Amino acid sequence: MKKNLITSVLMTLATTILLGVIYPLVVTGLAQLLFHHKANGQLISKSGRVVGSRIIGQGFSGPDYFHSRPSAAGNGYDAANSAGSNLGPTNQKLIARVHQDVTTLRADNRKPVPIDLVTTSASGFDPHITPAAAEFQTSRIAKERGIGVDQLRALVAQHTEGRQFGFLGEPRVNVLELNLALDVQFQTKPSR
Amino acid sequence: MTANGWCQIFLFLALVLLVTKPMGIFITRVFNREKTFLDPVLGPIERLLYRVTGVDADHEMGWKEYAVSMLLFSLVSMIALYLMERLQGFLPFNPQKLGAVNPSALAFNTAASFTTNTNWQNYGGETRMSYFTQMAGLAYHNFMSAAVGIVLAIAFIRGVARRQVQTIGNFWVDLVRCNLWILLPMCIVGALVLVSQGVIQNLKPYDTVKLIEPMQVPKVGPDGKPVVDAQGKQVMDTVTTQTIAQGPVASQEIIKELGTNGGGFFNANSAHPFENPTPLSNLIELVAIFTIGGGLTYTLGRMTGSQRHGWAVWAAMATLFLVGVTVAYWAEARGNPLLAGTDQRATALQPGGNMEGKEVRFGIANTALWATVTTDASCGAINGWHDSFTPLGGMVPLVNIMLGEIMFGGVGAGMYGMLIFIVLAVFIAGLMVGRTPEYLGKKIEAYDVKMAMLFALIFPLLILGFTAISSVKTFGTSSILNSGPHGLSEIIYSFTSQAGNNGSAFAGLATNTTWYNTAGGITMLAGRFLMIIPTLAIAGNLAGKKYVPPSLGTFPVTTPLFTVLLIGVILIVGALTFFPAMSLGPILEHLLMLAGKSF
Repeated sequence: MKKNLITSVLMTLATTILLGVIYPLVVTGLAQLLFHHKANGQLISKSGRVVGSRIIGQGFSGPDYFHSRPSAAGNGYDAANSAGSNLGPTNQKLIARVHQDVTTLRADNRKPVPIDLVTTSASGFDPHITPAAAEFQTSRIAKERGIGVDQLRALVAQHTEGRQFGFLGEPRVNVLELNLALDVQFQTKPSR
Repeated sequence: MTANGWCQIFLFLALVLLVTKPMGIFITRVFNREKTFLDPVLGPIERLLYRVTGVDADHEMGWKEYAVSMLLFSLVSMIALYLMERLQGFLPFNPQKLGAVNPSALAFNTAASFTTNTNWQNYGGETRMSYFTQMAGLAYHNFMSAAVGIVLAIAFIRGVARRQVQTIGNFWVDLVRCNLWILLPMCIVGALVLVSQGVIQNLKPYDTVKLIEPMQVPKVGPDGKPVVDAQGKQVMDTVTTQTIAQGPVASQEIIKELGTNGGGFFNANSAHPFENPTPLSNLIELVAIFTIGGGLTYTLGRMTGSQRHGWAVWAAMATLFLVGVTVAYWAEARGNPLLAGTDQRATALQPGGNMEGKEVRFGIANTALWATVTTDASCGAINGWHDSFTPLGGMVPLVNIMLGEIMFGGVGAGMYGMLIFIVLAVFIAGLMVGRTPEYLGKKIEAYDVKMAMLFALIFPLLILGFTAISSVKTFGTSSILNSGPHGLSEIIYSFTSQAGNNGSAFAGLATNTTWYNTAGGITMLAGRFLMIIPTLAIAGNLAGKKYVPPSLGTFPVTTPLFTVLLIGVILIVGALTFFPAMSLGPILEHLLMLAGKSF
């Protein structure tokens, strides 16, 4: 008993050093060496400033941008406070929130709203929307920016990622990258 | 449901099948102390560890000494984690200058949670834990609690395999070899593969970036409540920056899945793009959850000299897995009928279905699959919020945990849980033919069945007892987020998850309260250690018995008939115990949802 107690203490110490300190530091060193950009969060710079991470979504709600999904992270898209809504399927708060968003969105497009555009993501900063949700928004953005819908569709297609290796996951559109490209390619917004 | 979705699910199961045999052989070699290709590197580290900690590697333990060593080690390492949480403000690797984990009930709950392989989290990692606590406290326990589970399963298997001896191995040797040979090498490789997909691994402070489009968000006062003006209208704030949490994530992510721990580095767990950025990272993490649990079925066959028995057990696990994933996928793909004006059909442009609390890159198939896998095993990591699943979709993870997480199972814990069900299954088979039941040449007698029943009864007692108290007292009901039957489901899920050492949640329930922290901590400790003791008692008792060669009257444990009987016993024990509670929670909610009722 006493011998095993002493071993317990020493084992905790020794293995903490090995698995709790040396292991993560070695992995950090290797990761920084081999995959520097990815290990640091794939940050994107624009004219010398860091404007986001490629895989962390940002909230967009202006009429001339592709909107991202609703967010329950902190006050919305708080990437230091990830969270989902945790609203259950029969919760009136969920139903009311979706109803309100649907009403707003259908003012621009009468079609049924793709479900991902009115539901909060799991992380609270899903970087993606579905191609259906992008298509739903093209007529509004084309009108706001004074460009052809087909031009815009071509840009969306460029930023649509298919399934990984053709079959894994789901097709998706990266909202931050698409909106950055939108600003580069169609800079002339109509006067307003 | 789509053909592509099913392809992804079957690809996953095929990969699990593929790793079962090599993993099982390797595990057997490690615990039999046979030669492996890693010996030249790990041998010296192993010997150094024994020397430093005073372990006599050739000493064999009886079941009581094995149990006492395990309990002492768990206690000491749990206290170490508690102290680390409370003192993290003074420790290194804390660029965000996070102070002590408060209140002490939360620190206790977390220490109990990670020591018991539960990883129930009443905190959000990025807002509460320093990098040091994450690495040396939480990820460390991900290794240790996984290893403790695995060595206990090995001890049990030795009990079945050994004949007329009083010992079942040396706890310290098993623990060290499990970590060095099995967990550590796979983690180093796996972590780097995950980084290649975009899982982050750094020690820098959180980044602040300038938003492309400033956001209008509700202003929040110092009390955490939204600020309203004189007319009662919500005051808005303009936000121009985004703070992005960073950290040593990959090294923790891989052991979190491989060791079926499940505690996320971030609050959003494997739904966070930094924990699980691509469909491939998702697949790797999913397979990691079942790798060791699957391998142990092969180890069971190999160590007991009946490989076909190992596969019969594998088949029972895979069958129950498929039933679960089918129901979850079907229910989530059908979507939520209460959300009018939305398009929830699956098309080429979208997966459709119930997308609340899910990520676009995973869609419906991969989120339903994950929810099933994480609760078949005692993992508890999530890539979508179970609380926002449809009633029947959310019932699948709940039922999986209630059945004891024995579909591939928590590493080790799933295997010894399954062995208990096997003991009960052969006992029932014995009753049917009127003979003393045998299991692989060992007579199953009154003592073994009593211990197995003790194991089977502690679990529902914890769940139903604490749920009953919580659902009638205000300190329990005031934490509920979703009213109606869903609220009861939240409470049941909470105690089921903690008793089963799973760690996933219907996370709307606000469990960072004195009641839930304390009751939950006790539930997790009891759900782990009270259930381990009868398990080891059976192991010790079986080891001492002499071998009885099979005769014509022996019920064979290698046939499809055995697989069916085993599944039957699992379902009957689970259904009889929990059906009344389920009918008041998810089943009732499902019927009311179809009738158009909301709460």
